[in-house]
Amino acid sequence: MIAVKDLHKGFGDVKVLKGISTTFQAGETSLIIGQSGSGKTVFLKSLIGLHVPESGTISFDGRINTDFTMEAKRAWRQEIGMVFQGSALFDSQTVEENVMFPLKMFTNNSQKEMLDRVNFVLDRVNLFNANKKFPAELSGGMQKRVAIARAIVMNPKYLFCDEPNSGLDPQTAIVIDNLIQEITAEYKITTVINTHDMNSVMEIGKKIVFLKNGVKAWEGTKNEIFKTDNEAIVEFVYSSNLFKKVRQAYLNETK
Amino acid sequence: MNYLEHFGKYCMMLGQVFKAPQRPRVFRDALFKDIEELGLKSLGIIMFISFFIGGVIALQTALNLEDPLIPDSLIGFAAKRSIILEFAPTFCSIILAGKVGSYITSSIGTMRVTEQIDALEVMGINSLNHLVLPKIIATVFFYPFLICLGMILGIFGGWLAGVLSGLFTGTDYIIGIQSDFQPFLLVYAMIKTLVFAFLISTVPSYHGYYVKGGSLAVGKASTQAVVWTTVLIVISNYFLTQMLLT
Repeated sequence: MIAVKDLHKGFGDVKVLKGISTTFQAGETSLIIGQSGSGKTVFLKSLIGLHVPESGTISFDGRINTDFTMEAKRAWRQEIGMVFQGSALFDSQTVEENVMFPLKMFTNNSQKEMLDRVNFVLDRVNLFNANKKFPAELSGGMQKRVAIARAIVMNPKYLFCDEPNSGLDPQTAIVIDNLIQEITAEYKITTVINTHDMNSVMEIGKKIVFLKNGVKAWEGTKNEIFKTDNEAIVEFVYSSNLFKKVRQAYLNETK
Repeated sequence: MNYLEHFGKYCMMLGQVFKAPQRPRVFRDALFKDIEELGLKSLGIIMFISFFIGGVIALQTALNLEDPLIPDSLIGFAAKRSIILEFAPTFCSIILAGKVGSYITSSIGTMRVTEQIDALEVMGINSLNHLVLPKIIATVFFYPFLICLGMILGIFGGWLAGVLSGLFTGTDYIIGIQSDFQPFLLVYAMIKTLVFAFLISTVPSYHGYYVKGGSLAVGKASTQAVVWTTVLIVISNYFLTQMLLT
């Protein structure tokens, strides 16, 4: 479980996160949503330690990350898998080398053991016959799968995804969503996803945290999102006419 | 940001760079790759330029020596000194600053703007050590060989230019390059090469690593890196000459 308590972060005079507190449960997929500039990415980067908070704490199963010694921090980082918005695959390495990279860095496995593990995770993300291809030769969806494979190759306890569906067609986006959800449940990972995609919110959001102007404006489940009368979240989630109709239909049905 | 702040940040970057590699086998792979990218792939341009500039130095020296009292062997002597003292270590380094410097800045800068460096950091990898240390070692160990090759080809180019043009004989030229040989001048050239190699690998790495923005920012950073590396090579050349030869 990840517990965030009164998190503050700013850059110079600009305060981006203004006292966010929430928790993310193990084995669940939690979503962070909000408008552009609401502080989602800064929040996610604070969770994974790329930004140092000004105040507040983030604890991972009871361990506060700012209290870690260098060694503990290194070990903690190996428990983290991250899927970046643009996949962040290493351009100069093949798919196989990209996925094998964390194994090479942090394990003493033989080449054969590493290769077996790489093939296993690539199969798991349904990516076949792409081992020797370079990232530039892959489609956006395939790149995302490689990024997910690289993120889970070390069996992480915590998986973070920054806009995993951005730039993908709706069908591929659903495939990626389902994959993340399956992996989360299968390996009991604490997964936190940063997204704009309302389909993801409706499909996989076990818990949803809505940020607005650097503060937590709402949190709840995907079912609660239909019933809530919180104006900020309703305005954001149901900004399209289609979603307005879906909500109305749901409310009529449950009356 | 003022120059002092940049210098402080550069020194702090070097503090992170000079740490023991986390995984020797990964470091070894990165080192061989950088030797190929930064060293072996520069062989062609250095050989080509050294050969022709050596020829031009010899021809110009010959054309400017009109006094019959000055022996033709002086052409070989002057060409040798010019090539060993300045042309090979300094001129070749400036060329390498352009070729290799822009490559280093753009490759590291692209990694920065596409979040590949963030990916390394999230994995718990010291990204500066992982990316920059192999480049420093590759350049510092390989460039002396490259510059020596430049010296040899420059001197050979001078000989061939003389023979082909008929402005001086090959024998006179060889007498000139054999006369008054001072081994310390080679040591001086190698010391300069090592300093320049260090600048060529670290200054562009600094510009690439701390780039902010998108592809345009990477392009600007590459230009700045080449300009600053060249400026620093010229300034350090002056101070090294002052310290070592006077």
